[in-house]
Order: sequence, then structure tokens, then C-alpha cells
Amino acid sequence: MSKTQKSNFITYGIVIAAYIILEVLMLTGNLSSHLKGLLVPMTYYAVIAVALNLCVGILGELSIGHCGFMCLGAFSSAFFSRATEQIIPTVPRFLMAFIIGIAVAALFGFLIGIPVLRLKGDYLAIVTLAFGEIIKNVINSFYIGIDSKGLHFTMKSAMDLNMEKDGDIIINGAMGITGTPHNANFTIGIVVLLISLFIVQNLVNSRDGRAIMAIRDNYIAAEATGINVTGYKMMAFTISAAIAGAAGVLFSHNITTLTASSQYFGYNASIMILVYVVLGGIGNIRGSVIAACILYMLPEMLRGLNTYRMLIYSIVLIIMMIVNWSPKVIAWRKKTFGGLNLISILTGKKKGVA
Amino acid sequence: MALLDVNNLSISFGGLRAVDNFNITIEKGELYGLIGPNGAGKTTVFNLLTGVYKPNEGIIRLDGDDITRKSTIEINHAGIARTFQNIRLFRNMSVIDNVKVGLAEKFKYSALEGMLHVGKYRKVEKEMDYEAMSLLKVFDLDGSRDVLAANLPYGKQRKLEIARAMATGPKLLLLDEPAAGMNPNETKELMDTIALVRREFDMTILLIEHDMKLVSGICEKLTVLNFGRVLCQGETKEVLSNPEVITAYLGE
Repeated sequence: MSKTQKSNFITYGIVIAAYIILEVLMLTGNLSSHLKGLLVPMTYYAVIAVALNLCVGILGELSIGHCGFMCLGAFSSAFFSRATEQIIPTVPRFLMAFIIGIAVAALFGFLIGIPVLRLKGDYLAIVTLAFGEIIKNVINSFYIGIDSKGLHFTMKSAMDLNMEKDGDIIINGAMGITGTPHNANFTIGIVVLLISLFIVQNLVNSRDGRAIMAIRDNYIAAEATGINVTGYKMMAFTISAAIAGAAGVLFSHNITTLTASSQYFGYNASIMILVYVVLGGIGNIRGSVIAACILYMLPEMLRGLNTYRMLIYSIVLIIMMIVNWSPKVIAWRKKTFGGLNLISILTGKKKGVA
Repeated sequence: MALLDVNNLSISFGGLRAVDNFNITIEKGELYGLIGPNGAGKTTVFNLLTGVYKPNEGIIRLDGDDITRKSTIEINHAGIARTFQNIRLFRNMSVIDNVKVGLAEKFKYSALEGMLHVGKYRKVEKEMDYEAMSLLKVFDLDGSRDVLAANLPYGKQRKLEIARAMATGPKLLLLDEPAAGMNPNETKELMDTIALVRREFDMTILLIEHDMKLVSGICEKLTVLNFGRVLCQGETKEVLSNPEVITAYLGE
């Protein structure tokens, strides 16, 4: 077994171990209902952190609009699930919801990628930010309903849908989608996380993944080596958007009222995910999953401390930054703990973009 | 038929004619040198040949095919590979992965097979590994296969860049100042490497170089550029004894 394979299996192992521990805690009644409620969000934030790491760490393009793709996945799948709730049984419906959420996010990832990936660096970041906001705001003005006559769509108001009496408004503008079936659970979240890890880690160790990383490291040399720079950029961006869409499906099937609000899909949310990726290690898939879990759970678990919550959170951010990135601390870690140690197993090998 | 045949190649940047009426004919198997003072347009010629710049006039033929306005990628696939004056490796990738990027055009499987590691993936990766290792062996880099390219010593980085270019299976290899920044020992080693590449792969090479020891030592023919124009062209010995070349470039 090669080094990279071993590293991949350690990642799967950590995720599965964490899953088993939490499941046991849940079954033995040691987990508060507050904590139980955080488990699914933890998985979908880990999934989107993997997606963003593909874009930022592997492709090397800074995207701060990834919550937009999550939003698309969430709304398209929730719309489908709500519309077909009475018609299709749960299992195939949820599976189809996943396919739809992923496909819609991937499609928009592709379409948005066409103009965006012509840019580089800061400009690309700004434009992805804009697209993230555009997606959120456009969805906020959607009104879609179903009645005996079929689908109704408007962007004005719920009244303008002109529905029959038996009609059912599915997407109600800024009030979003209410009553999406709660099909997502911790197990499904973990499965989605494992699949996205599997795909991204395999991609990194394949012909296409190497081409993508070559573009990150030096696009001029990549072109001269015969790599189709635009094509591979599109590919990585689309896959990244698709995985973010999968996170969105988990999101929408775990929440009663889905609204395209800034809290979940805005600029701040995208930055938060970028923080997971940067602190977990740019290009380090395993690190970003662990960072997402810790940094998502921490502020939630500190809720009891009220005012000091964000203060502690920011201190933890700084500590993680120092532990993961400061050259002196890395050297100290190596000296003190030697080659194999818990921190290096948890954070994986550094593959920075520096 | 000549392997590379360039006719009346010209490009202007604003009012500056960076390359003016450039002609060169390189036969298969030749080791050809392109020399000239700084700013003479040598690297611009390379960028024209590899499609980084599109010429205003002129025709470039590789093996009889017109490749004049093709993209960098198409030109690489047509058979021209290059190295860069300032080394451009994939720094955060291992030595073997750098070479495997170059092999990607020859060894293929679908993106889906790559993502799921099924189908042809294992077989093709194994063939790629084998090919990459045999290439690295030629350049004496097989010992550092898993080292990050950025962590290689300078001389080995130069070699790796040549190895990566060779991995794309070119007909013509362009080397842009391969000996820049090297000490005499490293330069000597580089000359051996270039000679080795020629022997092993029967390669045609065009190189830019300032190190006259290297140029006079291995190049068979030379073209001297000055202010974007060809000053002199021909056998190395004749060119280097040409009085015009001596005044323009070599110095008395």
C-alpha cells in the first residue's frame, strides 16, 4: 500500500471512528438533544469544506461564493422533495433529490465557471462572491406553486401566482420552502461525507487531479506541458460545486423552513467555510474536515458562555492558525513528538500552496 | 524535409519590432544554439514557436505541418516541448508526479475512472509509473521520486524540467538558458545530460544559452540574434569567428 493510499485510509478511518463514537454516545443517551441536532450540520459543513478545498487547495482558485452552490442544491432538492412528497416513496425520492441537487449545483458551477475562471486571484474571488450573492437574492424572489393546473411561477409575489384553491405554494419568496421532509440524518450525512472524500482524494491521485494541481502550481508550465488549462479548471470547479450541492441537499432535508438567508448562504457563511479550509490546511482534505467539525461545534457548544463565546472562538482560531501554519511550531512539533504523532495523523501531511 | 522550418517570423510590441524577419531551419537530430545579447529577442522566439505569442507575420512548420497560429497546448501535442529560463516546475508536487503530468497525453483513462479508481485506472497508472521511472532513471532522478519538486537542489530542478518536457514525447526540445545560475561543475553535468538526451531519445534540440563554453562545446549550428534580427547563421565555428558576432556579442 502506498503512502497516499495509507493517508486516504486514515482519513476514512477517522471519519468512521468519529461516527461510531458519536452513535454509541447517542444510543447510550449521553448526548444532549442540542448536540444531537448539531450532528447533521457538522457533516454538511465538513462536506462543503471538502468541496471548497478542492477549489481553493487543489485547483488554487479562491472562491468565496461556495455557499451559493450549497443554496442551489438545497432549494432544487427541497423543491423536488416537497413537490413529490405524496407521489414517490421516501427512499427513491431522497436519492433523486440528491441527484437533482447535485446536478443543479454542478450545472450552475459549470455555467458560472465559464466567465469566472477566465479571471485570476483576487478578481476571481470577487466575482465568485458576487455570484454567491446573486444566487441567494434571485432565489429569494422566486414564487413557485403547484395546483391542479400544473406549475405556477412568478418573481412578483405569492398573489401573482394565481393559484387554484387546491394550490400549494412550494417556494414562497423570501419565506422560502416550508415543510421539506426531514430525510437527512447523521448516518446519511456521514455517508455523503465519505463519498465526497473518496471522490476528491481519488481525484487528487489521478491523471486529472495531477493536471489540476499542475495548473495551481504553474499554469504557464502546465500549458506548455500540453495540459488543457481551461478544461481542467472547469472540471475542478464543477465537481466542487456539485459536492457543495450535495451538502445543500443535506441542509435542506434537515431544516423545517428553508430560506435563502444571509445567515446560511451569504457572504459570511462562505467566509466561515473558507476559514475551515484555510485553518485545516489548504490542499489538505483531511485537515479541512477536522477543522470544519471543530470550528462548527465549538461556538455551538460554547453557547452557555454567552458574551465570551465569540471571544473564545476567535482565540481558538488564532491557536489553530499558529499550530497548523507557524514554521517554528511545526518544527517544535516535529522535535517533540517525532515523526508519528497524533497531531500529524490528525492534520495529515502539509501540502501548502505557498 | 527539415524538422523545424521558420520563415520570415516577425512580431511587434507597440512600436518595437521584437523579432524581425526571423528564419531558421533545423534538421532532425541537430543540436542548434540560439545566442545573442540580452534583449535580442531569443526568448520571444521561443514564445513564438510555442504559441505563447502569435506572430504578426511568418510561418512556422514542424515536420511539414503549419503550426503558426496554434495554441500552446496544440503545439505541445504537435511535438514541441520546452523548459523555461526561470525554472517553472510544479513545485508542490512530487518529482514523479511532475513527470506524470507530462505523460498525461500518452496514457489516458476517463475522468470517472480516475475519480472512482476503477476500470483502466490501476493498469494505466502502473504503466505510467513504469514509464516515469525509466525516464527519471535517465536523468538520475529516480532516487528522489517522492521528493517535492521545490525541495530539489537547483541542478536537479533543471534536470527535472527537461525530464518533464521529454515526458510529453516531443520531436523538438527547446531549452531556454538551461545553464543559467549554474556553477561550472553543474554546467558540465548539464552538458552531459543534454548529450545523453540526444543519444537516448535521438532528440532534436534548440537551446538558448549565454555560457559560451556550453554553446561551443555541444552546439553544431548557431543563430545569432541582435535587436530582433538574425545577425549570423551557420556552423558553430564559423559563426563564433565572425567579426560581426564578436563585436555585437562576444566582445574583443
